Amino acid sequence: MNLEKVVFAFFIVLSLTLNFGFFIGDLDDPNHHNVYELYAALIVSLIATILKFGDRAHIGAVLLATSLVADLQLIAAAIVWTISEHGTRAGLTPMVMSSIVSLSGGALLANITSVVILVTETVMFRR
Amino acid sequence: MQDIIYLMLRRMRLPLIVVILAYTISITGLVLIPGVDDQGNHWRMTLFHAFYFVSYVGTTIGFGEVPYPFTDSQRLWTSLAMYLTVISWLFAIGSLFAVLQDPAFRRVLAYATFTRSVRKIKEPFYLVCGFGDAGQLVVNELAADHIRSVIIDLDEVRIQSLQLENFPIDIPALCADVTDSSTLLAAGLDKPECAGVIALTGKDHVNLTVAISSKLLAPDLQVICRADTHDEQANMASFGTDYIINPFDTFAERFAMMFQSPSMFLVYEWMTSIQEAPLREFAAPPRGTWIVCGYGRFGKAVQKSLSFKGLQTVIVERDISATAAPEGTIEGRGTEAITLYEAGIELADGIIAGTDDDANNLSIIMTARDMNEKLFTVARQNLSNNDGTFNAANIDLTMKSGMIIGRRIIDLITNPLLTNFLRMARTQNESWANVLVSRVAGTLTDQAPETWTLTISEKHTPALLEAFRKGQDVTVRHLVTDPREVGQRLPCVLLYMTRANQSELLLPEDDTVLQAGDRLLFCGRRHAETHMLWTVNNFHALNFICTGSDRPSGTVWRLFSGHRAD
Repeated sequence: MNLEKVVFAFFIVLSLTLNFGFFIGDLDDPNHHNVYELYAALIVSLIATILKFGDRAHIGAVLLATSLVADLQLIAAAIVWTISEHGTRAGLTPMVMSSIVSLSGGALLANITSVVILVTETVMFRR
Repeated sequence: MQDIIYLMLRRMRLPLIVVILAYTISITGLVLIPGVDDQGNHWRMTLFHAFYFVSYVGTTIGFGEVPYPFTDSQRLWTSLAMYLTVISWLFAIGSLFAVLQDPAFRRVLAYATFTRSVRKIKEPFYLVCGFGDAGQLVVNELAADHIRSVIIDLDEVRIQSLQLENFPIDIPALCADVTDSSTLLAAGLDKPECAGVIALTGKDHVNLTVAISSKLLAPDLQVICRADTHDEQANMASFGTDYIINPFDTFAERFAMMFQSPSMFLVYEWMTSIQEAPLREFAAPPRGTWIVCGYGRFGKAVQKSLSFKGLQTVIVERDISATAAPEGTIEGRGTEAITLYEAGIELADGIIAGTDDDANNLSIIMTARDMNEKLFTVARQNLSNNDGTFNAANIDLTMKSGMIIGRRIIDLITNPLLTNFLRMARTQNESWANVLVSRVAGTLTDQAPETWTLTISEKHTPALLEAFRKGQDVTVRHLVTDPREVGQRLPCVLLYMTRANQSELLLPEDDTVLQAGDRLLFCGRRHAETHMLWTVNNFHALNFICTGSDRPSGTVWRLFSGHRAD
C-alpha cells in the first residue's frame, strides 16, 4: 500500500463529493446551494492539488493539471459569489447563481476526470 | 532545470498544506462565532469578511476589527488564529528559504546553470578535467588567446576561486566527479564544438578513466592526459590517447639536454616559457658526481637520464625497500647534514632535491649549500604557491610539474608548428643552436620570446595573395620589415615553415619566396606580430615595403600621377 496515493485519493474523492453536493439542485435557486459547501470543496481541492506538487510521473502531472483546473473553476465561482454579494448591491440574482453553479459544474467535470485517472492508475498498477 | 522545480515543489507540499489548514481553521471559526453589531443585533461574519480579516492578521498587517468591534468570544478565537496563521506563514517561508539554501538544491542549481552555459557554446572549446596548477595555466593561456574551456574539478574551493578570476570570456565550471561519464557528457563531450579533452587531475587513474570514457563516447576527439607513472602511461597509450605528458620524464629529458647542449636547452626553455616571462640565461651544469635526494618517480627519471649521460650519481632515499633503490643508496631524507656528508657532498658537483615535500626540498638545498658552496642546485617544486620561497632560495634549476605540463599542452593546442620545430631542432648540433640563441637574443632584450604562427591564405593574408596574383615576389625579408620604417627589422625571427607540399624548412633564409599555403612560425616580441599583420593585410603597406614607393590609392591621384589604374 502506498500511503501517499491513498491520502491523495481521499482528498480528490472528497473534493468530488463536496463539489457534487454543492452542484446538485436547481441551477438558479440560492436555497439549493450552500456557500459553506463551496468553501469546503475549494479548500479540499487546493490540498489535493498541493499533494501532487513535484510528482514527476506522467499520470501524476496529469492529475496535477486536472485538479488545477478544478481549483481555477472553484476560485472563479467564489470570486463571482463574493463580488455579487459584497461588491454590488444586486445580491444573488438567479443569473448570478446559475453562473456560480455552472462554474462549479465545470470543476465537477475536472474532479470526475481526476477520479477516473486515479481509478485507472489504481487498476493498472496492482500493488 | 526541471529537476529543481520538482524538488522545490515536493519540499513545499507540507508547508503549503499547513498554511491552507491554518487559514481554513481560522476562517471557519470566525464564520461560526456570532458577533454583535453597533445596534446590538446578532450578526455573523461572511466567508469573504473572514477571509479578508484572516489574511491581514496572518500577514501581521492588522487593520483593526471590521466591520464591527468584536465580542470577547470572537477576540479569543482571533488570538488563536493570529498565532496559527503567523506560525504557519513563518514555517512556509522558512521552508522555502531552507530549500533555496540546501546544498543538494544548490548543487542541482549549479549543475543546471553549468549545462545551460555549455549548451550555449557555439565555438570550439576544450574540456579541462582538474583545475590544479597545470589546469589553471592551461585555462589562463587559452583564455588569453580567446579559446574557451569548460572546467570540471572535484574541489569546491578551486571552482569558487575561478569566480574571482577575470577572464575575457565566460568559462563554465562545475564541481563534480569526472570519473562519472554523465558529468563529461554534461560538460559537452559529445558536442561537435568540443575540440579536445585535457585530463590533468592529480590522480593517474582518474585521468585514465577520463581518457577511456572520452575515447569511447567521442572517438574522434583529441585526448591529452597527464600521467605520473609509466604503468598508467602505457595503459593510456594502449587505447589511443593522443598525447600523454609525464612531467618527470619531460623534465629529465630537458635536464639531460642541458648537459649535451646548453644552447639547445635554452632554445627549448625560451620557446616554451609562459607569456611575458623574464628572459633567463642558464649556467651549464657541471659534469661530475650528482647527489639525488628522493628516489621516487622524479628521482628515478632524473637518475636515469644522468646515468645515460655517463654521470655518476649517489642516491639518498628514506625508504629504500619501498622505492626499490639500487645498491649503494644512502638511507635518510637528505635534510640532515650527516646524511649528505655520508653521500659525499664535499666532493659532489650538483644536488637534486626531488622529494614530494617542498619544505624538505628547500631544506635539502639550504643544508647542502652550507656544506659545499659550489654545488649546482636542482629542486622539485610541488606546489605553485611556494613560488616565493623557491625564488628566494636562488636555485639554479627548479622543476614545476604544473608549469611543464601546462606549457606542453598549450603548445600542442595553440601552436602545433612549435612542436614540429622543436622536434626538428633536436636533430641539429650545438653550433646550430648557438647561432639560433645569439640571433634570438639579439632581437630581444629582457623578455622571453613569444611564438606565433602565420598562415599564408586568402583569409589571413589577403594583401600577400593579391601581390602573388600580380606576379610580385614577396620574400621573408619583406615580412620581417617594419612597415613604419623601411629598412628596420621587426624584433622577430622566423624559426620554421611548412609549405603546401608538406616540405619543411628550418630557419628559412631571408630571400625565401613565400607561396600560398605556407605556414610560418615566428618568435619575438608580441608587437612585432601586430605590425606584421598590418603588412600582410594592407596591400599599400606591402607594396611600399616591396617597392619602396608609395602608390596613390585613389583613382584621381592615380590619374594625375600617371599610374595605370588596376
